Amino acid sequence: MGEDEGEGGHNEGVVENVSDVTRNPTHSGEELPPLETPWQESFRLFRKDRLAVAGAYVLVLLLLTAVFGKVLTEWVVVFDPEVVRLPEKFLPPLTFSSPDEVPAHDRPFGGIYLLGTDELGRDVFARMLQGSFVSLSIGFIAVGISLAIGIVLGGLSGFYGNVKLGVVTVDTLIMRFTDVMLCFPTFFLILTVVALLPPSIYNIMIVIGMTSWMGTARFVRAEFLALRKQDFVVAATSIGARDRRVIFSHMVPNAMAPVLVSATIGVATAILTESALSFLGFGVQPPYATWGNILADGKGFIFDAPWLFFIPGMAILVVVLAFNLVGEGLREALNPKLRKR
Amino acid sequence: MQAFILRNVLQRLLLVFIVSVLAHSVIHLAPGEPSEVDPANPRMKPEDIAKIREAFHLDDPLYMQYAYWIRDLVSGELKSFKDSQPVMGKIWRRFLNSLPLFICATLLVWTLAFPTGIQAAIHRGAVYDRSTTFAAYTLISVPGFFLSYIVILWVVDLFGVPVIGLKTFGMELAPPFSQAMDRIWHLVIPSLMSALGGMAILSRYVRSQMLEVVGQDYVRTARAKGATEDVVIYRHALRNALLPFVTMFGFLLPGLIGGSVIFEQIFAWPGLGRLGYEAILARDFPVILTLNFIAAVLTLAGTLLSDILYAVVDPRIRTGLQGDG
Repeated sequence: MGEDEGEGGHNEGVVENVSDVTRNPTHSGEELPPLETPWQESFRLFRKDRLAVAGAYVLVLLLLTAVFGKVLTEWVVVFDPEVVRLPEKFLPPLTFSSPDEVPAHDRPFGGIYLLGTDELGRDVFARMLQGSFVSLSIGFIAVGISLAIGIVLGGLSGFYGNVKLGVVTVDTLIMRFTDVMLCFPTFFLILTVVALLPPSIYNIMIVIGMTSWMGTARFVRAEFLALRKQDFVVAATSIGARDRRVIFSHMVPNAMAPVLVSATIGVATAILTESALSFLGFGVQPPYATWGNILADGKGFIFDAPWLFFIPGMAILVVVLAFNLVGEGLREALNPKLRKR
Repeated sequence: MQAFILRNVLQRLLLVFIVSVLAHSVIHLAPGEPSEVDPANPRMKPEDIAKIREAFHLDDPLYMQYAYWIRDLVSGELKSFKDSQPVMGKIWRRFLNSLPLFICATLLVWTLAFPTGIQAAIHRGAVYDRSTTFAAYTLISVPGFFLSYIVILWVVDLFGVPVIGLKTFGMELAPPFSQAMDRIWHLVIPSLMSALGGMAILSRYVRSQMLEVVGQDYVRTARAKGATEDVVIYRHALRNALLPFVTMFGFLLPGLIGGSVIFEQIFAWPGLGRLGYEAILARDFPVILTLNFIAAVLTLAGTLLSDILYAVVDPRIRTGLQGDG
């Protein structure tokens, strides 16, 4: 973080040189192409942030884990998270399963419990594998819902804000609704709704998504308001491009940077919210294993079997930290204002 | 200035109305009605269902149900399902328990986050900056109850700090001074744990705000006229960097309810968050509904306060208002 000052200053110099050259009459015949596209520049800046790069590697590893976890625990069952082996409960990590106690078809892969077993003798490694996919999909789907609502409402408000609906404008209507939603204490609202609805993993995703779109709506609106006055949008409108085209091919791509940042951080928040809900007993219910409910179940065995508590806890910490660091790295890399300093 | 305040208050009152409608609809928007919420629960007896139906006037149209709720809320007749106590009284007693915890945590957050953030901004890129940045992200990313459990394991053996409840059981006969000390002693760990997350977030804000201000022309001017570094940072830069934090006061108040559920649950602290959680477990709709509504009203009051403070503190906004008329 913050290691790019020298580089940023240097880069600014280069850009100035380019414009000098283009303005110089002796070179007027040839147009110099830009040294790099904005995305290339952002990528270069992102790579200088070592914490964010480390976070990105963790996330790639996590994605692979989640995909392999789904495949290996549900489709090709190599690690079965649901086998109960009562003779072998509370085994610490890296213990071999003894062939006398457990029938052959119930033995873990390779005969070893990589992360130990829980109070029912289930393989914690297999449960963590299964949980990685569930936790991650809660994060992604909740953020997907929140982004969809936020972008549509923010975009409507920013682009069609002046349209009158009776006495109030679209902008007033949408932004006042956003204000009202911001009034509710998010976590308590989520808790209330989750408790009212029948317990289901989809309800948790939907409720987290529907209570976290307000930030996105606000800055998409701000971006749209700023973009509408930009020359390229005015030009596109003036040559008769339809609204749909102006919005989707000119404005949306330019408003994506902050959306990407908030999406990354949003996934982290959703995973934390799920674990907090699990702690209170309103999280994802069995048979799904998530890191949140493995951790919440493990807190009862903190003295007898500390690995049941520390393994999921550290896993959540590392993954959420990675999402946050990547999000911050993206924010610094994509924001031209921060870049210049 | 009066016109500005009046306009803001009127806008907020309109919002309070909308918020109350929305809070009321949340429980009706869920599929089914409140009386059917838990049909499988053997403890839901027919008389309970009758009680719920009567309390919500479920046979009346929705707008009448809303009117009844507001009437009961205002006249203080709204009763909890669980023990038939008035809801407002219950909330008030729990509020008095939550308040010390909230004040201690807030003081901790604001007194520790500012020095940390300012130092990090001054030494941008140095070891101090990078380590506090990393520490802050770790605190933001760790599930609150995971960290609290680890801390509990560690401090109880080491320092003998109490981590359960707000006072030692059986202290009622002790001299007042001992009782007060006992209360304060019980506050230490819960307030510290609920402050950590906010501290991390706020110190990040302070850092970025300071970085923004340090690059401004008037800071360079202050340096150029030969002011010492301390004067430049604390008089010229910090004062301007503080402005946006006035608005953050507004978002503190609702933390009284929403932010404390987890921590009050961990430390068995009989406050508002725990009241909300118990109400949710017991399907005590009047309490849930009223807590959500009060939290929203607190937020509105907070934003109103911060808007007014902002106008008082920032001359640019004040003159802008006079310009308007």
